[in-house]
This record gives sequence, C-alpha cells and structure tokens, in this order.
Amino acid sequence: MNLRNSLTIARRELNDSLRDWRIIVPIALLTIGFPWIMLAVSQFVFNYARSFDQEALFITVIPFSMMIVGFFPISFCLVVALEAFVGEKERSTLEPLLAMPISDLELYIGKLLPSIILPLGASYLGMILFDLAFKWDRQLDIPATLTIQIVLLTTLEATLMAASAVVVSSHTTTIRAANLLASFIIIPMTLLVQVESILLLNNHGEILWHIMAGLIVANLIVVRMGMKIFNREEILAREMDELNPASLVRLFWGFVTEGRGRFSLFRFYRQDFFALLSRNRASLAVVFLVMAAGLALGWGYALIYQLPPRALDLEQLTGGSLRENLQNAPTMGILPAFNTRAIFLNNVRSLSAAGLLGLFSFGSLALILLLIPMAMIGFFAGQIWLVGQSPLQFLVAFILPHGILELPAAVLATALALQMGASLISPRANMTAGQSLLASLADFLRVFLLIVIPVLLLAAYVEANLTPQIVVWLYSR
Amino acid sequence: MLVEAERLTKKFGDFVAVNELSLTLAEGEILALLGPNGAGKTTTVRMLASILKPTSGRARVAGLDVVADAQAVRHAVGLLTELPGLYSRMTALAYLDFFGTLQHIAPEQTRRRGEELLKRFDLWESRQRRLGTYSKGMRQKIAIVRAMLHEPLVLFLDEPTSAMDPHSAKQVRDAVLELKALGRTILLCTHNLPEAELVADRIAIVRRGQIVAAGTSAQLKRNLLGDPVMDVRLIEPLDGLWERFGIPLNVIEQGPNWFRYRTDQPEAVNPAVLKRLADLGRSVFSLGPLERSLEDVYLKIVQE
Repeated sequence: MNLRNSLTIARRELNDSLRDWRIIVPIALLTIGFPWIMLAVSQFVFNYARSFDQEALFITVIPFSMMIVGFFPISFCLVVALEAFVGEKERSTLEPLLAMPISDLELYIGKLLPSIILPLGASYLGMILFDLAFKWDRQLDIPATLTIQIVLLTTLEATLMAASAVVVSSHTTTIRAANLLASFIIIPMTLLVQVESILLLNNHGEILWHIMAGLIVANLIVVRMGMKIFNREEILAREMDELNPASLVRLFWGFVTEGRGRFSLFRFYRQDFFALLSRNRASLAVVFLVMAAGLALGWGYALIYQLPPRALDLEQLTGGSLRENLQNAPTMGILPAFNTRAIFLNNVRSLSAAGLLGLFSFGSLALILLLIPMAMIGFFAGQIWLVGQSPLQFLVAFILPHGILELPAAVLATALALQMGASLISPRANMTAGQSLLASLADFLRVFLLIVIPVLLLAAYVEANLTPQIVVWLYSR
Repeated sequence: MLVEAERLTKKFGDFVAVNELSLTLAEGEILALLGPNGAGKTTTVRMLASILKPTSGRARVAGLDVVADAQAVRHAVGLLTELPGLYSRMTALAYLDFFGTLQHIAPEQTRRRGEELLKRFDLWESRQRRLGTYSKGMRQKIAIVRAMLHEPLVLFLDEPTSAMDPHSAKQVRDAVLELKALGRTILLCTHNLPEAELVADRIAIVRRGQIVAAGTSAQLKRNLLGDPVMDVRLIEPLDGLWERFGIPLNVIEQGPNWFRYRTDQPEAVNPAVLKRLADLGRSVFSLGPLERSLEDVYLKIVQE
C-alpha cells in the first residue's frame, strides 16, 4: 500500500471541504461559539446548586458539558463522509479516480481520513476552548481521567460515524438516499451519547471504558466492512443495481433451491442441509466458542456473587414444590409460563430476534442473545458446585433432557444469524454484499422453518413435561 | 497488438452487460465502438481500463493483463469518462497536479506536460480559472488533457461528445482528430455515426454486449448493404430502353427517367453502360454511386 496516494486524495478532499461554506460555517460556529454557550449553562447550574454539593456537580456537569461540546462538531463526520463518497459518485467525479493506478484500500483511506480529520480537529479545538475558558473562569481543572475518556470517546465516535457513512454510501447512488440511510447512524449514536450523559451525570465514568471497548470493536467491524465493500466492482455495479423485485426473488429462490430450480424437502434433509453446515462451519465454530465463553463467564460470576446457602436447596425438591416454583417463574418477569406453548413461543421469539438483531449488528447481538442463557447456566452450575453439589447432575437434570434438542437448534439459528450479519462485512466469494446477504437469508430461513421450529416444539414439550420429572427423580434419590 | 480482448464477459447479477466480446487494436489505430445505450460499450472500456474485472474471458492492454496487472494497466491507459467528472472548485492547473501526483509523475513533468497540452487544446489562458466556470466543450477538453497527462499508450474515450452542443462537440472532435494526427491508439465509444466515420480507422458495432459487425466503414457498407448501387439519370424517359439494351444488368429500382443497378465491378460495368446508352442515342445526365451512410448499416444491424 502506498500511503502517498491516500494522502494526495485526503489533501484534495480536505481542501474541498475547507472551501465549502456549508460545511465550514456551521463547524466554525459550533467549535468557537458552542463552548461559550455550554460554559454559560454550566455557570447557571453552578450558581443554582452552589449551596448543595459543588464538588459533586463539578465532577458530573462539567465533563458532561465538555462531552457535548466535543460531540456537535463530530456530527459533521457524516456530512463530510457522505459528500466524499456518494457525493463524488453523484457528481461523476469518482470514475476518473477509479481509473488511476491506486488500490481500493488507498482510495478508501484517502477518503476516510479527511472525513474524520476536519470534524475531529474542530471537536478537539472546541473542547480545548471549553477547558481553557472553564479554567480561566473557575480556576479548576477537569479531572485528567475524565478528559482522556471524553477525548477517546469522541475520537472513536467520529471514526465510527465516518466509517459507517462509507458503508451507507456504498449502498446508495445519491446524497439524498444516503442522507436517509444516515439516520441509521445518527440515531444509535445519539442514543449512545444519551447513555454516556447519564453515566457522566451519575458519576459512573468507569463504565465509559466498557463503552470505549465496544466502540473499538464496532469501529473494527465497520472499517473492515467499508474496506470490503468500497471497491471498484461494488461501486460501479451499484449503477446497475436498481431495485428489481423479480430479479431479487429469482436470485433468492436460486439460493433456496441451491441453483436447481425446484425445491425438494427430501433433498434438503438428505443433502443440502449438510452442505449448508459445511459452508457455515466458521460461524458454527464461533457460536461454540461463545457458548463456552458464556458458561465460563457465568461460572466466574458465581464465584464472585455467591447466593445464600439455602437459596439452592435442590435436596428438598419434590414434584409439587418444583412445579409450583416453575409455575411462578413468569412473575419474575423474565421467564415464560411453564407449558409447551409458552416455552415454544418464547424460544421461537428469541431465535427470531437473534436473526433480526444479527442482521443489524453484523451478527454480534445474535451471539449476545445466546451468551446470556449460557452464562445463566454457567452461573447456576457454579452456584451448585459452591454448595458442594454436583454441577454435572444439575446439568443432566435441568438442562440435558430438553437441551439436547433445544441447544442444537439455538446453535444453528445463531450461527446462521451470525452469518447473515457477517455477510455484509465479508461477502461470500464471487458475490456482492447484497447477493451474499440473500444467500445467508435463504440458509437461515430454510433451517429455521424446516429444522429449528420442529425441534423447538419437541424441546418445549420435553421441557414442560419430562424435564421436571427427571429433576425430581434425580434429586429425590 | 496494443489491445487484445478475447471472449470478454461481464455479468451484473443476472444481467449480461458484455457477452464474449473479442477485439484487437493495433498501435496507432482508432477503433470506434458503435452501439445504442446499454449495448455494453462502457462496460467493455471499464474492463479494458482495469476498473472492472471480467466475469470471464481475458484481455491484455499494452502487453499487460487487465486483471493480474491492473495497476500497471491503469497507468498505461488514459480514460476519458462519459461525463468529464471535474472538481468544480479546482483550477485547471491544480486539477492536473492532482492527477499527475496520482499517476506518479514528477511535479515539474506534470507542469511541463500540462502546459503543452493546455496550449494545444486552447485552455492555457483559462488555466487559473475554476473548472466550474468552464463551458461544456472546455470541460471535456480538460478531461482529455487529464487522460493524456501521463502519456498513455492507449486512450479510451467514452462518448466524448454526448449531450454536447454542436460547437462544443466540434471542439472535442477536433481534439480527437489532433490525437489521431499524433498517432495515438484510441478506442472510441460513441453512438455518433458521422463522428465514428470521420475519426475511426475501423468500426465495431456492439449490440447486447456482443460485436455484431466490424471493419472499415466501406467494408461494413459492402458487407451489410451489399455491392455498390449505381444511380443513372437520363435526359429523356426510359421508354423501351430495356428491349434493346442487351447488357445483363442487375437493375434494382427504376423511375420515369432513371434507374439503379447493383454491381460488384463498377470499374468495368459503368463504362459499358455509358457506351451502350450512347450507342442507343440516350443522353446521360449523370451516373454515379448511390451514397450509403453508416447510419444505414447501423440501423440495419440494430433493427435486426
């Protein structure tokens, strides 16, 4: 890779943005003017609350104000990035660039850098102005850790917005369409800032480190996705990519029938399903790893947060008391009613949600949905071990009877949901991101309808009717 | 051969944009790709310029494989895109500097070469003006300058005069003729038939992603429209001419005082016809080949 090419492109983009008053004037106003407004607001809050707890107010309101001062200018990352990518496409200035002896990656970096640099520079300047003004006004320093956290958060958010804008740009041919899709970026980002604000105002700055870790992962995913889809083939093919429902349906049906034209249930169970497992083996491996991690995490938490000794008195279980406890489970708010229908619908709902969330989160939320119950199993197994009982017996009694059906169904659904999300970042060989997504959707739906749902129904029956009897039988011996 | 394409195919999903297209282009030759919108001309050029990868088939440009040596191919060719694609806030000089840097040309060389080309295309006086203020013809010319800046071995010109007023189109056509005079190897995509006939050594007609006819303008006319047709005009009516004419003639049309015949040997047949008419005491007003345009060839192919 030749960084010189990227810097040449970045320099031109930056010069172009600096000459565009529609970008420069609002950024300048937000950078130079907004810190004073936030300072005035802080003054007001300070004077109002002087008699309460000035120190507490200082460590909450001021960092929050600084974060807001930093966030407004970086919202322009979206504008600059959309202009740099889809704007060029719309103005037909991109093709001459594509004809240059530069790689797709050099072009991507060359366009991503100025989308981040200008708004982020303005953001840093705004925060420095706010910091200096505050110091001059109050002779107080904002805590260094919080300052570092806010600067890092702002940087990561700017990168994420710009990198996401590239992804959005790659799927559109006009700025208008890109602006509409950009709401998928700005809305989650605004929600995130609200969460950060709540954390700062409640003096929970330590959680910001976890948010930063999440943002780093999100950045890696979105940048990788941008690198994958910002290439000459995708950009120019998109010109031909009108939404053609008939063509989409044909393509989708081709994936469903594995290119044979006709779908055969017999062939699916006998042949296609195993081919599907083979091509999704990487996702299956990730899901198994996540399950293991969930168990370990739950076990670890059990060691930290031990339940009171009498809370898990399995030796006292009788058929009546167990059924009574299970019937009362819905009152806890997180478990379904204990019958076949409720358990089945709950599991179908969870795994459908995994598919949907996987689609919008590059697969990550689907994994989290599986991680949580696995962590709960690990937690209770750990608690059982801590009270001197056999975790193996617990697993055999409570999990295995229905789990032997339910867990494989969950693994399959989660792996295919992960594959759907991942197909956007890493399309299958010789496929565009759209084709790859359709292929993964075809896999997910076939397996979900023809394997997961029947297995979940059987598992729900076993869980509602057989598992309690096995539990009682094993623990009453 | 500077350009060789063998069974190039490009598919976008189900849509076959280019279908097993083969062509060659010798050094110093100008080949015009003629075809309606959506025929696959631009996609062909994009594959030959290493912007798009062929779905199948192979192509070499300047001895380089368009897939394996994509970067080198992009350096070896100059591409004029259908729309000039200029950065309106840049001046001509800054614009050329930018593309010169991306083509890895030394700044002094870019300036020297830029000056030479800007003068040749009458843009030197406007070099400090923002490109947004240029006329359509000037924009296309600066785009040609951009494409030629790195002295490419092959130039791909995609619809260089489309959507232009006659004056701007003439400016650009003159520029292309100038390139021809300089001995450039050019692949010209157009649906402007007179333009193709004027500048190209050979013409290839593309339809539905395939070359359906190729050759010089004269060859295409002969192959697709048949032998030349001669038009004979007499002073008097034809009355009873054929009863006494005596020479076998492939007459295809006739009127009160005119007739047309088709012949593959006009050099031999035309003098014989004139002699016979004179012998019969008929006064000939004119005899000459009927003008057949490339448009006739094109429409015949496209309508098929």
